Amino acid sequence: MAFQISLKINGNGHDVELEDARPTLLDVLRERIGLTGTKKGCDRGQCGACTVLIDGRRVNSCLSLAVSLDGAEVTTVEGLSDGDTLHPVQAAFIENDGFQCGYCTPGQIMSAVGFLGETGGDASAEAVREGMSGNLCRCGAYAGIQDAVLDAQARMSKGGKT
Amino acid sequence: MADTPMVAAHHVRLGSNSGQPMTRRDGIAKVTGTATYAADNHPQNLLHAVFAGASIARGRVTSLDIKAALAHPGVVHVMTPDNTPALSQDPDQKTTPFTARIDVLQNDKVRYAGQPIAVILAETLEAAVEGARLVKATYDSDQARIGFDDGEAFAPEAVGISTPPKFSTGDFEGNRKKATQSASVEMETPLQYHNAMETHAVVAEWDGDHVTVDMPNQAIGLAKPGIANYFGIPPENVTLRSPYLGGGFGSKAVLFGPQMLGILAAREMKRPVKLVLKRGQMFGPVQHRSATRQTVRYDMDADNRFLAFEHTANVSTSSFDNWLDGAANAGLSLYATPSISVSHSGTRFDTGTPGAMRAPGIATGSAVIECAIDVAAEKAGMDPLEFRLLNYAEKDPSNGKPYSAKALRGCYKAAADSFGWKDRPLKPRQMRDENGLLTGWGMGTSIFHAPFFPAKARAVLRKDGSARAETSGADMGQGAWTVLWQMAADGLGMAADDIEFDIGHSDLPDGSVAGGSAHTASAGGALFAAGNDVIRQLAEIATQDKDSPLFGAGNERVLGENGRLFKAEDPNVGESYTDILQRAGIEEIEGKGRGNRDKASTETYAMFSHGAVFAEVKVDPDLFQVRVTRLVGAFAAGRIINPRLAQSQLTGGMIWGVGFALHEEGIHDKRSGRPLNNDFAGYHIPVLADVPHLEALLVDEEDPHVNDLGVKGVGELGITGTVGAIANAVWHATGVRTARYPIKIEDLLKGAQALKA
Amino acid sequence: MKAFDYQRPETIAEAIKAASKPGASYYAGGTNLLDLMKVGVRTPDSLIDITRLDDLKRIEPQKDGSLRIGALVRNSDLARNVDILSDYPAIAEALLSGASGQLRNSATVGGNLMQQPRCAYFYDPHSACNLHEVGEGCDALEGENGKHAVLGWTKTCIAVHPSDFCVPLAAMGARVVVDGPDGSREISIDEFYTLPGSVQPPGSALKQGEIITAIILPSDAKRFAPRARYIKLRDRTSYAFAIVSAAAMLHIGDGRIKDARIALGGVAANPWRAREAEDTLNGAEANEASFKKAADAALADAKPSGDNAHKIELARRILVRALKAAADGTPPKMPDLPGSVFAVGKEAR
Ligand SMILES: Cc1cc2nc3c(=O)[nH]c(=O)nc-3n(C[C@H](O)[C@H](O)[C@H](O)COP(=O)(O)OP(=O)(O)OC[C@H]3O[C@@H](n4cnc5c(N)ncnc54)[C@H](O)[C@@H]3O)c2cc1C
Ligand code: SF4
Ligand code: FES
Ligand code: FES
Repeated sequence: MAFQISLKINGNGHDVELEDARPTLLDVLRERIGLTGTKKGCDRGQCGACTVLIDGRRVNSCLSLAVSLDGAEVTTVEGLSDGDTLHPVQAAFIENDGFQCGYCTPGQIMSAVGFLGETGGDASAEAVREGMSGNLCRCGAYAGIQDAVLDAQARMSKGGKT
Repeated sequence: MADTPMVAAHHVRLGSNSGQPMTRRDGIAKVTGTATYAADNHPQNLLHAVFAGASIARGRVTSLDIKAALAHPGVVHVMTPDNTPALSQDPDQKTTPFTARIDVLQNDKVRYAGQPIAVILAETLEAAVEGARLVKATYDSDQARIGFDDGEAFAPEAVGISTPPKFSTGDFEGNRKKATQSASVEMETPLQYHNAMETHAVVAEWDGDHVTVDMPNQAIGLAKPGIANYFGIPPENVTLRSPYLGGGFGSKAVLFGPQMLGILAAREMKRPVKLVLKRGQMFGPVQHRSATRQTVRYDMDADNRFLAFEHTANVSTSSFDNWLDGAANAGLSLYATPSISVSHSGTRFDTGTPGAMRAPGIATGSAVIECAIDVAAEKAGMDPLEFRLLNYAEKDPSNGKPYSAKALRGCYKAAADSFGWKDRPLKPRQMRDENGLLTGWGMGTSIFHAPFFPAKARAVLRKDGSARAETSGADMGQGAWTVLWQMAADGLGMAADDIEFDIGHSDLPDGSVAGGSAHTASAGGALFAAGNDVIRQLAEIATQDKDSPLFGAGNERVLGENGRLFKAEDPNVGESYTDILQRAGIEEIEGKGRGNRDKASTETYAMFSHGAVFAEVKVDPDLFQVRVTRLVGAFAAGRIINPRLAQSQLTGGMIWGVGFALHEEGIHDKRSGRPLNNDFAGYHIPVLADVPHLEALLVDEEDPHVNDLGVKGVGELGITGTVGAIANAVWHATGVRTARYPIKIEDLLKGAQALKA
Repeated sequence: MKAFDYQRPETIAEAIKAASKPGASYYAGGTNLLDLMKVGVRTPDSLIDITRLDDLKRIEPQKDGSLRIGALVRNSDLARNVDILSDYPAIAEALLSGASGQLRNSATVGGNLMQQPRCAYFYDPHSACNLHEVGEGCDALEGENGKHAVLGWTKTCIAVHPSDFCVPLAAMGARVVVDGPDGSREISIDEFYTLPGSVQPPGSALKQGEIITAIILPSDAKRFAPRARYIKLRDRTSYAFAIVSAAAMLHIGDGRIKDARIALGGVAANPWRAREAEDTLNGAEANEASFKKAADAALADAKPSGDNAHKIELARRILVRALKAAADGTPPKMPDLPGSVFAVGKEAR
């Protein structure tokens, strides 16, 4: 059973042909649309590397059937910056050394963007630690990740764009 | 976590780049999703490959039913031992360094669960994945042997990377007799799996007998001939690209079966092939850390000084290869002891073969040693830090050599002060926090070798003032893109922004292995030397050119900085690189470099990085859940090229220590040998909530002997020391020492109940 | 993953019709079902995507004072809901102690109730497991079973129900509303889960085609709001399933416990309501001695199903802890580490 779905990804419309209903959003992004910024770390909802925003909410794209998302708006790490201007979370990750190998990073960043949206800007350090615990980092860049999310929160509450 | 103060100013800079806490030069690529990891490549006409793994751990595949797989829409081929051609080299031969015996569908034998038994090629990933599920195998299977009680014992010939399995020095027996007290600890450590976030992957495309391979690799210079051997082509016919690795930790230094199968499939199918391991497949063919059963014993005199140190380790390996974690060699150079006896024995498990995993040997061994030290300190009635200082090694106890540099005292002090160690009560179970949680403080000493590999690099300076530096080195997160770039720029006497820089490609000069915490020293040394070679040639031109202000500078030292060559003693006298080249009409100068370690130094000195880690844990007094609420480490590792990135490496290592101490354990079913927790929900690694407070202090250390630049490594140092520090803190909080890692709630509960009884 | 038919009905009636065929499965958040399909232990022929059934997405106070929660409400939305936070705080705490921020954004109420055990042998298609097929056997019995059941198990299956959310639901006696080919019915959460028998593995009362449409939180449970906690023991600070957990809700007046509600997680194939323990507390003083007595009563019938005797003691202790925490009062603000033993801190005491 073939399906035709349309997704709005990072503001651009994409019509995707699926030969059956199996592909996850993650595999559609990576293998069919060529948006490989989103990473696969486990494919089972256990690491957070595949985190994207669907209609503004952070989810694990590896456990989301693409066909079910027909019509959804998806934001991936590729769609976060405003032209050459980095999103405050992206900038904070660089400045606070919130990554090492960078493989978990797109997921961390999308998760942080989603998380900061959920909390409304007054998350404590402990709340950040809990809220970001769905994103594993095997390199152990957590010190920088925590600092980056708190820093981004401060920047965004000041209305800063980067 | 924000405060990671520098303990001392950084001494001599190599130039204007090194020593600076530059942010990562690959940062923008990594935060925007444009950094390309192997599996991100997607050549036209690609086939997806997925392998089916054995569901037994020992025996033979007697039949493979591939009909259903072949019938699945999208599946184009199933590779099995019946239709897979022989490789040009027996994959059980190890002809190049950093190779292992691998399984590449060359026969029907099964040596561990999850071993590839078929490869499914399909037009879509979904079809390939389903094809793998549809392959049905029958087996002739033998009882799996998992664990020290079931595995076959043997006497190893070597441990780690070819170090002897036994060592002794001094009058061990005599000293033991003299001793008035002793402390010993027996502990087990489990199988641990590297589990880099990026699973092993390959994208391979053949063009005639030339192959282009995108594959995360820590040792490009070795992988190239390795691949060439397997496929019977000259090394120059292999192009290997590995610009970014999503973590390695040792497991991406070796060529593994699945990736070779991907390359083989591409040759068979005459189409590009992408093969990416599933997370669950990371628990078999791509190495792990050996399990160990260790005993550590220290004998002391009446003044609490060590007389004898004994360390034995029974270490796991596979049934078909011989890598053993050198756990019992971890303490050879650690504490002052006049006599030492260490030995390893081996046990064969029906698992994949283990290999080097972040701080191999030392992490495993020091996890137990540091506990034994605290048990000894307790016997001596001494503070663990005082006790360690009393037994401080001024010379390497295993060979009497002086250390090339050892700022460990400074590390102890810096970390202890920042931690607030002086207030620690001697006895366990003394501290509670305001919420009634048991609180404990513990410490451990960090140590790691400072090896050096022969790496090569090239630098080019062009007439227009542009420059380029390159080596095949690898960035798996440790920061090679940044740190090596900084060193390359300093070699050329230019700003990092003003040079082009490239790594991670087999066409570049061999940057050697990114491993052993040697990459910055080795590849960085080579890059610096290559730049220096350019400057030397440039200086030769300028000092012989009558029109140059440097003419005749002769023996005087001429230096390059910011693209300008000048007299060392009078910086005002000089001119720009471009002026020199343009006048001379020279298009470009190419420099070559190799890092250098003085041979005599190696003979004379013991070379290590050191550190001290202090841990605070909170333990629920009834339920025994443990949280490491603070980790403070101080480390001395020679010249620090980039303090920001060095601290990240160190805190990352410390987090590995948390995982080792509290979480990581690969569990295999004793009957089937299959891994039971081969995923991230079962194989726990720390999450952010597990590491609320981390500090890594950098202690100034000048090492004039370790290599030309005095650079040592920081990638593995942080995990050593941390594991024991946490175990010691848990003891301090609860009064319980568990007999195994990871420290489990149930073991603490049992221990606490036994204490009460 | 096996290929499957996919339908996205617009109405509940259509959904039920489509799901009534054998081999059909509802697809909600997908976070459990897709996972099981990926490892190959669930191979439905068709998925009935119910994510567009907007009628199931509402949280509605009922006239009788109860709260009706649609089956498709996402776990995170429920945890943030003001009525939940004020009237049923242990529900929010349990939800927030589970999985991760991302997963909670996908996971639905119905899916959470219906999630399958996390037993490693169940997750391994090559192992024998009665949840793969009745009669296959149970490899956990002689295998790694340190996290398995200590209550209500038989040799048919010793797995535990992994849900956190269901534990306070069981404690307060929530009702599950289902609709199906034979019409709609309400099932008490106690009866919703079936424990393993001599042949039959554990499961739910749902029949093929039946859909959970809502959960009803009883109005009488609101009086526990000032003293309601969920505490969860785990071997990682976050993003880990419970080793054992407990929901405790107390109604205290004149220094005595007037009413208590208790359920345990991680001990049985269902969220385990401990009525005997509740009984011991009625009229008792809210102190450690009473709590210990209650815990002893709750675990009186417990027995290890393998290498897991420690879980009995841990379950006792977590129940005492949860009762103490409840007696101390619901924290004014959700702890930063919801449900954690490390959250039972200042806010609560
Ligand atoms: C890594 C990881 C960690 C997790 N940790 C925790 C944890 O700590 N605590 C915890 O409680 N949970 C945890 N979970 C489980 C998670 O809560 C469940 O996966 C989730 O609640 C399932 O909801 P869903 O909507 O995604 O269900 P689905 O996956 O869509 O469905 C699950 C099952 O429910 C059925 N179903 C769904 N909706 C209905 C309905 N309305 N009527 C009838 N049947 C229905 C489906 O047919 C399917 O059989 C974790 C999951 C993952 C992947
Ligand atoms: S305990 Fe239950 S789920 Fe686990 S193997 Fe046995 S029957 Fe299957
Ligand atoms: S890849 Fe989706 S959570 Fe790991
Ligand atoms: S930066 Fe490597 S896994 Fe997080």
